[in-house]
Order: sequence, then structure tokens, then C-alpha cells
Amino acid sequence: METKTKITGAEAFIRSLLKEGVDTIFGYPGGAIMPVFDALYDFDKHVNHILTRHEQGATHAAQGYARVSGKVGVCLVTSGPAATNAITGIGDAMMDSTPLVVITGQVGAALLGTDAFQEIDVVGITQPITKWAYQIRKAEDIAWAVARAFYIARSGRPGPVVLDFTKNAQFQEVEFDYKPCTFIRSYIPIPDVQPSQIEAAAALINQAKRPFALVGQGVVLSNAEAELKEFLEKANIPAGWTLLGGSAMPTNFPLNKGFLGMHGNVGPNMKTNECDVLIAIGMRFDDRITGDLKTYAKQAKVIHLDIDVSEINKNVKADAPVLGSAKETLPAITNLLKTADHSEWIATFKEYEDQEFEKVIQREVHPTSGEITMGEVIHRVTEATQNKAILVTDVGQNQMMAARYFKFSETRSMVTSGGLGTMGFGIPAAMGAKVGAPERTVCLFCGDGGFQMTIQELGTIMQEQIGVKMIILNNHFLGMVRQWQEMFFEERYSFTKMQNPDFIAIAKAYKIDGTEVHVREELDAAIADMLKDDKPYLLVVNVEMKGMVYPMIPTGASVNNILLGD
Amino acid sequence: MENTLYTITVFSENTVGLLGQITIIFTRRGLNIETLSVSPSALKCIHKFTITLYTTEDMVVKVVQQIDKRVDILKAYYNTDEGLVFQEIALYKVPTDKLLELGSIETLIRHHHIHILEMNENFVVFEKTGHYDETQQLFDELSNSVGVLQFIRSGRVAITRSKVERLSDMLDSIQEKFERNI
Repeated sequence: METKTKITGAEAFIRSLLKEGVDTIFGYPGGAIMPVFDALYDFDKHVNHILTRHEQGATHAAQGYARVSGKVGVCLVTSGPAATNAITGIGDAMMDSTPLVVITGQVGAALLGTDAFQEIDVVGITQPITKWAYQIRKAEDIAWAVARAFYIARSGRPGPVVLDFTKNAQFQEVEFDYKPCTFIRSYIPIPDVQPSQIEAAAALINQAKRPFALVGQGVVLSNAEAELKEFLEKANIPAGWTLLGGSAMPTNFPLNKGFLGMHGNVGPNMKTNECDVLIAIGMRFDDRITGDLKTYAKQAKVIHLDIDVSEINKNVKADAPVLGSAKETLPAITNLLKTADHSEWIATFKEYEDQEFEKVIQREVHPTSGEITMGEVIHRVTEATQNKAILVTDVGQNQMMAARYFKFSETRSMVTSGGLGTMGFGIPAAMGAKVGAPERTVCLFCGDGGFQMTIQELGTIMQEQIGVKMIILNNHFLGMVRQWQEMFFEERYSFTKMQNPDFIAIAKAYKIDGTEVHVREELDAAIADMLKDDKPYLLVVNVEMKGMVYPMIPTGASVNNILLGD
Repeated sequence: MENTLYTITVFSENTVGLLGQITIIFTRRGLNIETLSVSPSALKCIHKFTITLYTTEDMVVKVVQQIDKRVDILKAYYNTDEGLVFQEIALYKVPTDKLLELGSIETLIRHHHIHILEMNENFVVFEKTGHYDETQQLFDELSNSVGVLQFIRSGRVAITRSKVERLSDMLDSIQEKFERNI
């Protein structure tokens, strides 16, 4: 019936989204997208449109939504400045492999290339930072382009797709005929599993005396958490996790040996350079993980499982590459593994754990005097949520502290800007996460700097009553930059000191409850007050001004060159 | 590592903005493209890019993988000169009066296998195909003797020494796999 009558391009577009199962859109209307917003008006029972306060917020909210739900996040914005505002989120999603479909309005096709009002070359700008960018210039392309966009965004290694939708195509009438996309001949989302690669990897692991696994976001994106657990347990392999691999394993999983990288745990970093077989699973050897590549895991045979061929040998040469989805390759390898007992090797992590506890964690998480530390706030919040909450972070010290001290019991519980490191990601991403997982508690840890980069999204939180729990770790500094200035720039605190507004008064203006804490004794009660219901809440904790995130592997140093700050 | 001249061959769908998608990958890594030629391939609706650049093998592998990864790219691969039969074409505009002053131009034409495309009282246009060194040699010779008014050299076109064009096989297997899955 739908195929007989003609409808406008704008309506065909909304119907296409519905066919893809879209029920939530983060957006902001404007001139060149008005026909679509007009069509949306008739579909308010099918689609929950959330009006953000800035297009950057819409993209980060869609990212938060996608990361916790596993669905494709959708943004709908207008042309020109709206499109450029969306760039940060699109780039962030590209770096962190987050499936997004971002629709930008565009001037009518007849005006393209004429410097028309609010015209910008969106496809040209976004091509380097998307999996696919396409301009829809006529209504008959709409169904095809939307189907293709969703297929590309969610398949293989996920990522953002931009559809630039000219205004004439929104008005044009078209017969609506929707076919989902399942195949593009030039695009192989998941490489075939090659038995020889599986066998080679299994053989290396079966011979290993000191195997060590690096768990990345690929495990989460392919829903291979259970397969990972079986793999690690069968061959008794200890594992560390990357920032985006956070929550792929529960914190209390016995083989989970902690957080990798620049501010990660001592054990997993040191063991990278002590193991004999290193098994990288759905991770890309980012420089924040590897430090100096010349001294990285040189003693080990490297097995690299990845869905993206171009990641193999990009940074670290793989002795045994294993192409494919971890969902398929992990159990295939597990099948060939002998049951093993590496308890002696695993026991050697303990020494580093004790050392880190004594030199770093004791002081950071369990201080008994002095000012409040960032680590203890995170520790107390995670305890108060029984480690069941979703963690969202901004970027900087708050992010590293949260990654270190927040505890996870479920997968898809960590939303953070890893690759791009986008300050301002926090508030909108937390909003999106809460919308994507409304039954769960969402805790945002944010610095006083990052909070003010997207602070206007408090308006969205107010309007939609999104029950996010926002915690500002307020040190009146751009903390991570200040830390580097202290360590590497002779304490020359060049433009990192911040005079902050009364955050609670701002929250109040947005009708959001909040409390400000100055001393340790007030902290538990404030956290309890924050978690007492499912409403939005702002907790401002004034922490020590010159807190440091340790351990730290300085940029370009070897992973076993880890500073403890003692 | 030594820089070598690599030839990258790319097969793509004929869509708007494809060249941009490819060149961005070179730009990001600060690589200069030496020559570039683009034309429809033997297969309908599929375009072929031939790109040459000086770089290391390590880098060319990464670049090719990143090109291949783009959604609209069917296949990208690279070769060194040993794996290819390749050719370039060059056009030379030289002044007729100076050329005639040379006396006999038969030796020149025979030696360089020159084709004459146009000749009038003002200028003569030579065409020469060959490798870079060969077209360059003629350019140098003409510059020193009669002077070259205009000169243009094409990008490289190349054919691999392997028996078949890899793309058609690959397309068949992709199509087969798809049909098996539905």
C-alpha cells in the first residue's frame, strides 16, 4: 500500500528511519531540514526526538545512546553551522568505532556550490572522518541511501555515516519502496575466518608459558563477552583491558588484571613486556597503550584478532594475525586450546598489584586526612551503586581516575571518548546513555573544565527529565594539562587555572537538584542523596587542586617505565 | 628505509568524491603523489586509478589497506616496477623555424620513435611514449637544441605481469558468497 501512493521525500525519509528500527533521534531543527522536522511532527508516537541545545551535544548524545544500547545512534540537524557543530561528534565516533547516522540538511540542489546561505560542503568535510558520506539530491535516492547508511554504520567495524539531504529532495514526491541493504559489492564488513590463522594462533597459545591478553572494544562491539570469558578460562590467560574495552570483563573476574596504558595499572603494563605470547583482541595498539613501539612487547609472539584488516601490522607487527569478528574467531581458537594452568605466572601480577596499592591506591582511594581526592569520590560512588552503574566520563584526569577506580559488573557500562579525547563529551554522552538504558543508573564524572564546554545541555536534561547523575570533580584547574605542566614544564601553569561559576546555582536555574561538598565527612551523605531517586542530579565535589593521576607512563616512554609518583 | 617508486592500483565504483577519499589518505600521512591517472576500467561502471609515489614498503602497505577499506573501493593493491608493464606519454611543442635550422630531423625521429601530431609554420608537436627517463631524455635534448615551447607528460598507466586482472575474479567470488548467504 505504501508503494502505490506518492509521499514527500521528507516523509519517505522518516518512514525509512522507522524501517531501520529507529525510535530515538537527537536533533536540532533549522532552515534546510525543516521539511523533515515537519514530517516528524506526525510521527511523534513512533519516534522520540530529543532536542539538544547544540548540535555537538546531539552527536555525543547519539554516541552515548549507541554505546550502551548497541543500536545505531541517530542525529538530525540542519546545514552549514549545524553540520560543522556536529563534526566533533562525528570524528569522535569514527575514532571510537561508534555506529552513528548523522543527517544534515543541505541547500537545494540547484544552489549547491554557489555559497548559498548556510551552505557548506558537508560531504567534503566529513569524508575523512566517516565510514561513508553521501549527498541525497533527489527523493528517489532516499530509501536506498538510508538503507545503505544503516548497513554501513552498524556492520563490520562500526562507525559514523553522514547523509547530506538537499532541501529539494525533502520536498519532492516519491513512491516509497524500502528494501534493507545487506550487501555492497565493494565492502566486506567481516573478513572470512581463515582456519590456518585460527590454528596458528591456537598453536602459539598452547605453547605459551606466560600468555597475556589485551581486551579491546572489539569484544563489546561483536557481543563476544561470553566467548572471551570461555577463551581466557580454558587456557587460564590473564588479561588487561584498554580504555574502550572497559566493562568487557567484570572487574571481579579473576583473570581481569586491570587497565592498560598511560595511566593504567602497573601489572598489566609491566607484564606486556614480560609475557611470551601477547594476544590482542579487538584493539588497535593506540599510542596511549603502547608507549614506545621500539620497546613494546619485543620478547613476545603477537597474536592480533581484529575485524579490520588495516589494523593488522599498523602499529605492532603481528606474528599471527586472526581476521574476523571476535564472536567467531574467539570460540574457534578456544576449540583448539588445551586446558592450561598458568597460576604461577598469574601469581606474579600480585607483586605489582601490592606495589601499586601501597604507592598509589592507598593514598588516592583511602585517604584519611587532607583534602578530598578524585579517586576516593569515584570509589565511593561505585560502591554506592553496587558497581552496577554505567560510567560516563569527560576527558582528562576525571576520565583516567574513573577508568582506574570505577568497577563494572555488566558489559556496555563504560562510555568515554577514547581516541579523540573530546572535552565536553561528558554531559551529552551521559544524557544519551541514560536514554539508551533508562533502567540503569548513569554516573558522569566530569572536570570543571569539560563541564563548561557543553554545559548548555543541562537544558536538555531539564526538558526531558533525563535522570543522569553528574559529578564534577572540581579542582579549579584544567587538571591533566596542569599535571603535565607540573611534570614536564617546570610548574609553569600557563592558562590552566580556572575561576568557576557556582555550578549548583546554574543547576538550580535549570531546575536540577544538587549538592556541593567541601569536606570528606559530607561525601557519603551527598552521594546517597544523589542516588535516592531517578532524577537528574549534580554533585560538585571540591577535590585537591593539584591532584595527580598515577601511575603514569610518560609519552613515548616504554610501558615498563612506569612512574608511581613516589 | 629506502624510498622506492611504488605503483598503487585502485578499482572503485564510479561515484562522486572518490578521488577525494583516496587523496585524503595520502595527505594525512604527508605523502606526495608522483603521478595519477584515472579512467574507466575494462569492467562496466568501474574506474581504475593508477597512482605512483616514492615511499617505503611499510608505508605503502598501510596506505593500500586504508584505501581498500573505504566503502566504495573495490580493490587496491601495489606493485614495484618489476611487477608491471607500464607506460607514459609525453607531448612536446617545438618552434618550426628552429627545428628546420637543425637540418635533418630524421635521426631524431628514428632514435626516439617520435610521432608528429601537428605541424605548421609556427610549431611542431611531437608525441613520444616511454618510461619517465625516456621522455625526459627527449625533453632535455630538445631543450638544449631547439627549445621546448610547451611540454606535458601523462601519469603512468600500468598492467600487471600476472596472468589475469585480479579484480574480475574477486568480484565473482564476492557475488558468489553473497548469493550463497541469501
